[in-house]
Amino acid sequence: MARVIVDVMLKPEILDAQGQAIARALPRLGFSGVSSVRQGKRFEVEIEGPADEAALAEVRKMAETLLANTVIEDFTVTVAG
Amino acid sequence: MSAARVGVVTFPGTLDDQDAARAVRHAGGEAVPLWHADPDLKGVDAVFLPGGFSYGDYLRCGAISRFAPLMEELIPAARAGLPVLGTCNGFQILCEAHLLPGALMRNASLHYICRDQGVVVENTATPWTADFTEGQRIVLPIKHGEGRYVADEATLAALEANGQVVFRYVGNPNGSLNDIAGIRNEAGNIVGLMPHPEHAVEDLTGAPSTDGRGFFTSILKKLVNA
Repeated sequence: MARVIVDVMLKPEILDAQGQAIARALPRLGFSGVSSVRQGKRFEVEIEGPADEAALAEVRKMAETLLANTVIEDFTVTVAG
Repeated sequence: MSAARVGVVTFPGTLDDQDAARAVRHAGGEAVPLWHADPDLKGVDAVFLPGGFSYGDYLRCGAISRFAPLMEELIPAARAGLPVLGTCNGFQILCEAHLLPGALMRNASLHYICRDQGVVVENTATPWTADFTEGQRIVLPIKHGEGRYVADEATLAALEANGQVVFRYVGNPNGSLNDIAGIRNEAGNIVGLMPHPEHAVEDLTGAPSTDGRGFFTSILKKLVNA
């Protein structure tokens, strides 16, 4: 068993309206010094076997197919330590 | 001669299929119900993908619907030239399925918008818009939280250069790039837009306009003359 993390973030050039709203709310809550916030998604994928190269390739395929829309989003795949 | 048959797709969470079917019948066509789990287009002449919140809009709007069994039939048929119109969630599904370029994101205001919206018809070289005139201003309802059209610069430039921008908002309600309300594929048979023609076909319920009728008269004329 291994846990693979897929982080999905909007591409840098895509306006993140939700992230902006969060960034605007923070000073009102007393959190200062924040210059920007970008919001993304994190998927924790439990796989049955070890997180070897073949398994990671499969997770990358999953991410491209369903977890991320690569028209607007980038993703990274890491093995949970 | 039998009436032209327009398929209307229902996914779990689709809302506007009944209005879409009614609009098809109102224009003199036969509305054929198509079920998401049934990989069968039932020999229809065109397909309407209605709005709603298919599969609860989980993950991203349209992301899961794209893989429905029916879509396995619809995607190749659309690529081969079958006329397809997607409104609202239907437009989102067409983008997720890569039948149309770009994507639809949360409105810039983050608010759900429900109102009558002025729209300019920019392109009539599609089976769904032939009854309009280019530059015609129409009014259709919009009701969406995720209607902000985005695409990379190269895609936007290509859409503009090829006349693939079919509808533009008058007064941008949601932050869509280039005021885009609807687009078509290069061939022109696939059209997607956020506004709702199917809600604007009858005087009693379509106020302030019945401008949506043009979509349905366009496709039926096209199919009868085909």
